[in-house]
Amino acid sequence: MNALNSLLDGFGTALTPLNLLWAAVGVLLGTAIGVLPGIGPAMAVALLLPVTYGLEPTGAFIMFAGIYYGAMFGGSTTSILLNTPGESAAVVAAMEGNPMAKSGRGAQALAAAAIGHFAGGMVGTVLLVVLAPTVADLAVDIGAPDYFAIMVLAFIAVTSVLGSSRIRGLASLLIGLTIGLVGLDQMTGQQRLTFGSLQLADGVDVVIVAVGLFAIGEALWVAAHLRRRPPDPIPVGRPWLGRADVRRTWKSWARGPFIGFPFGAIPAGGAEIPTFLSYVTEKRLSKHKDEWGKGAIEGVAGPESAASASAAGTLVSMLTLGLPTTAVAAVMLAAFQQYGIQPGPLLFEREPDLVWGLIASLFVGMVLLLALNLPLAPVWAKLLRIPRPYLYAGIMFFAAVGAYAVGGEVIDLVILLIIGLIGFGMRRYGLPVLPAIIGVILGPAAEQQLRRALQISDGSVTGLVDTPFSVIVYAVVVLLLAWPLVRKALPRKGART
Amino acid sequence: MTTPTTDDSTPAPTGERRTWLRDHSELGVCVLLLALGVLVLTDALTMDVDITQRGPVGPKTVPVVVGAGLLVIAALLAVDVLRGGRGQAETGEDVDLSEPADWRTVLLLTGVFLGSAVLIEPLGFPVAGALLFWGAAFALGSRRTDRDPLIAAVVSFVTYAVFNNLLGVPLPGGPLMGVL
Repeated sequence: MNALNSLLDGFGTALTPLNLLWAAVGVLLGTAIGVLPGIGPAMAVALLLPVTYGLEPTGAFIMFAGIYYGAMFGGSTTSILLNTPGESAAVVAAMEGNPMAKSGRGAQALAAAAIGHFAGGMVGTVLLVVLAPTVADLAVDIGAPDYFAIMVLAFIAVTSVLGSSRIRGLASLLIGLTIGLVGLDQMTGQQRLTFGSLQLADGVDVVIVAVGLFAIGEALWVAAHLRRRPPDPIPVGRPWLGRADVRRTWKSWARGPFIGFPFGAIPAGGAEIPTFLSYVTEKRLSKHKDEWGKGAIEGVAGPESAASASAAGTLVSMLTLGLPTTAVAAVMLAAFQQYGIQPGPLLFEREPDLVWGLIASLFVGMVLLLALNLPLAPVWAKLLRIPRPYLYAGIMFFAAVGAYAVGGEVIDLVILLIIGLIGFGMRRYGLPVLPAIIGVILGPAAEQQLRRALQISDGSVTGLVDTPFSVIVYAVVVLLLAWPLVRKALPRKGART
Repeated sequence: MTTPTTDDSTPAPTGERRTWLRDHSELGVCVLLLALGVLVLTDALTMDVDITQRGPVGPKTVPVVVGAGLLVIAALLAVDVLRGGRGQAETGEDVDLSEPADWRTVLLLTGVFLGSAVLIEPLGFPVAGALLFWGAAFALGSRRTDRDPLIAAVVSFVTYAVFNNLLGVPLPGGPLMGVL
């Protein structure tokens, strides 16, 4: 099998001492970040984007993938021990995990979550190995109209599937598109929104936008509403599972990935929906219904396994189509752009070492994570006691380092602060951040593909829909847009009247 | 999530007006979006596109679409807000929305950030970075004068060394690094 050979080559890349080191750094950082309140994986990868200036791409992506998976592992620790989940993906872990910790079964909850992540990540990554080359093969001869269609899908999906207000999602997307317009037009060199400034002619660097929106915006927002007394984590020992627990949970671990993976691959909000679906499924299938809400271990095992598998699904769309379905994937896409690499069907042909090295390192990272998390959980839990002023001062500091490293210009720090203030305002008024960052990253590329497609068709709009692929994608877009109307028209079941 | 507004019953007319403005402060977002839309449209329409245009779609088209989109969205958002829609403020582990926003901390942080940005060139990154960390921690309520500067200095110098020497991303050392 071709994919198997490539994967073996990938292990050759991933197991070199240097790349092993990056994988280890990635999972350690990722777990720490997942455990730390206030920092999500997207912010972490954004803060680390400057390393792309000094690191070769394979090492950098191995580290980023480690952070993504590690943060999923670490996030459940916070939910279980603190009951104040920061990321939407970790909300479900708190529902059963926190009651378990309160009743003295925190060690079992942590173990069920860690093994769930391991199982979900493994199954998800195997599915990635099997599916990604096939998707890449199917999509290998897609052209400008198809790329444009995929980007339109990404824009519509992040604004209408995610979040609760389409208007606010669209406003956020347009803010992102506007920032993406600043600079010289890629095809004609025409100045746009530069106001004659030389600094702005190069455009606003994606690193500065990502760090500003995710890091500075978040730090300022938390500063305005900082909890005076951070909640006390529940003390916990070394995670372990008894035989009876394993008998109850192994089916949940096995079911989770098949719920998580497909949802990760489509632009539907990453791990949020599948973890909840898995929770509902496990509750329905459970033989211990009386325990639900008071600490049912299946309610930790299933959703956590789904969460990790959804991360693998996200990588399928990002690597094969260049379609980011979560904030982390969007920031990783920005990293690809920093290296001048275009993720998409051709990535598997052009950069096989990078892609397969990255995929193989996911397996390596998973084993490292399990080895780290089971024995070290009490140590990680100590991170929850970090004084909040240091945590958020550190975020401000590293954001400044990242923005300054872009070009060594003080004006970049001022732009960073302005974008941070925009991010603050967006958090205050419920504008989601993800559409803005997708707009900045994909906007310029979408414009280029649109113009290229219309150039080929000599200005005829039919040039945008002359391939079966693009027609299918637009059909999905129309479905997404029409969905609320359709739902309204359907007779409402169980309406409370 | 959009939630319907609750009727407020403030007796004084001036107070009523102020509460109304406070309740509808999201209209400020509409004004900003409107201003941004006008800015983008003006820039696009005053662009002098010469012969450099290749293909049927020039550099104007997308900015015009984005600018018009901003105007439409500003209007739609205004309608939504006046009908009682509200953007839901983001929650998080360390976020306590039950108390009013602490503007003093935000202003202090902004000031500290700008101050350190200006100081990077004359003082060098390690010193300016340490001041940023210490200042930010101070703004956020940390008052340990024995511990805070030490942590700030260590974080800043280690970061400088990692970026400048290990990763090969040059940062200005400043006079202090010249001495050492």
